[in-house]
Amino acid sequence: MDRFVFLLSTGLARGAVLALFALSLVIVWRAARVVNFAQAAMAVVAVYAAFALTAASGSYWLGLAGGLAIGALLGAAVERGLMRRLPHLTPLPGMIVAIGLVMVLQSGLAIAFGPEHRPMRPPFSERPFVIGGVPVLSPYELFVLVTAAAVMGALALLFTRTSLGLRLRAAAFAPETSRLLGVRVPRMVTLGWTLSVATAALAALLLVPTELGLNPHAADLLFVNAFAVAVVGGLDSPLGALAAGIGVGVLSGLVTGYVSASAAPLAVLALLMVVLLLRPGGLFAPKEARRA
Amino acid sequence: MSTFAFHELTVGYGDGAPVIAGLSLEIPDGAVVALLGANGAGKTTLLRAACGLVPARGGRVLLDGEDLSGLSTEDRVRRGLALVPEGRSVVAELTVEENLRLGALWRHRGPARTRAVEAAYELFEPLARRRGAAGHTLSGGERQMLALARALVADPTVLLLDEPSLGLAPLVVSQLLGVLRDTAERTGLTVLLAEQNVTGALSVADRGVVLSLGEAVADRPAASLAADPALRHAYLGF
Repeated sequence: MDRFVFLLSTGLARGAVLALFALSLVIVWRAARVVNFAQAAMAVVAVYAAFALTAASGSYWLGLAGGLAIGALLGAAVERGLMRRLPHLTPLPGMIVAIGLVMVLQSGLAIAFGPEHRPMRPPFSERPFVIGGVPVLSPYELFVLVTAAAVMGALALLFTRTSLGLRLRAAAFAPETSRLLGVRVPRMVTLGWTLSVATAALAALLLVPTELGLNPHAADLLFVNAFAVAVVGGLDSPLGALAAGIGVGVLSGLVTGYVSASAAPLAVLALLMVVLLLRPGGLFAPKEARRA
Repeated sequence: MSTFAFHELTVGYGDGAPVIAGLSLEIPDGAVVALLGANGAGKTTLLRAACGLVPARGGRVLLDGEDLSGLSTEDRVRRGLALVPEGRSVVAELTVEENLRLGALWRHRGPARTRAVEAAYELFEPLARRRGAAGHTLSGGERQMLALARALVADPTVLLLDEPSLGLAPLVVSQLLGVLRDTAERTGLTVLLAEQNVTGALSVADRGVVLSLGEAVADRPAASLAADPALRHAYLGF
């Protein structure tokens, strides 16, 4: 039972990071109808920036803020400089360019900083609190959970309660109609990329201190799992990303604890397969529209 | 409120022959003009080119004498142009209320936005009962009402409508056209109404323009057009 509680709570923290990264994929998918395969590489660039800032200033928080800003800028720059110039008739050019971007960014990082793992210190202790003799969350995991929840809450408010959010959603669902209503759709697409990559950078920033350390491939596995999460949830659904993220985090935590760490990715893939067989649109795919 | 005009406008797709060939047409301030013609006459293309959704090969689109040609769709809309496109242009994923607010966003701020949306509900009572309903649950008639209400909520000076009666019951059509006529009379809105429903369109229009293969073949007062069987046979097929 102790073990179950411990695995569950660690799984929750992992799930929160997964959900956050999956949410970033959902945001960019909704804004630009692109699965951004470069999301992990772009997020890692932001983490390197945060690492450098923290090393230079000695402040984790300055690094965090700088990393998010760099992530946001990178998102805008990639959309304006690269993605916007591609033909949009099929999704293929966007995917290929994104994969190319992964190679460029990862090689660039390896050339600039070397391929080794650089340990990143978390701002809080990673020793779990012990409640009634049972080890539960560590202070850092608690920080991850609270941060992820706060950011997801803020994004939900932005999208559903503000007029900017209304414009972002309308531009994503019906670009032509939105333009006819005076919405500056190209600006909304750039903003979607900005929000998306900043969110992905945050997820990577929260993850890296719990891993071996920072290297150009530090977020690759996160991307693979988060992509599975986003598809399981339904690529169009932020709520799906949240639910599936927590679910997959807990599942892989439990499988790691009770079976073995190497079985965890298989469990995620098995879940993905079952969901795709039963509900190809994802668990939270929108219902069919009235046509008559 | 505004004069709208096409000057020698030519529009086409790809390398094909132009769909609109050197069309010149002026719609004076406050006029309601019906744009008639069979399928393929170029009605939709003309309206889409007016909004910049289809690029023009040549010629100009003028709003109060100002050339709109270089402007993006969103900037043309922000000069006072509005298009209710053909078919179901309601954003299906948004609610009725969100669709209306979206239409009002660039024009109105704060309390004025709420007032504009409320005014739209007064104009189209059935929509008020479905404020919170998602666009995809609306009937065809409700969708067309919402599309028209959403265009009017931004107080445009020129309104272009592309076959608002398509696929709707006669009762709904007469209601929609009634609101259109009343609004035009009340606000001095300039209207260009593309329709296959000739009788309905001419009943609210002052003037009718018949388009055939991208050219204006008739341009006359609505009453005289409605009473000309030869023209109806030749271009409108009844």
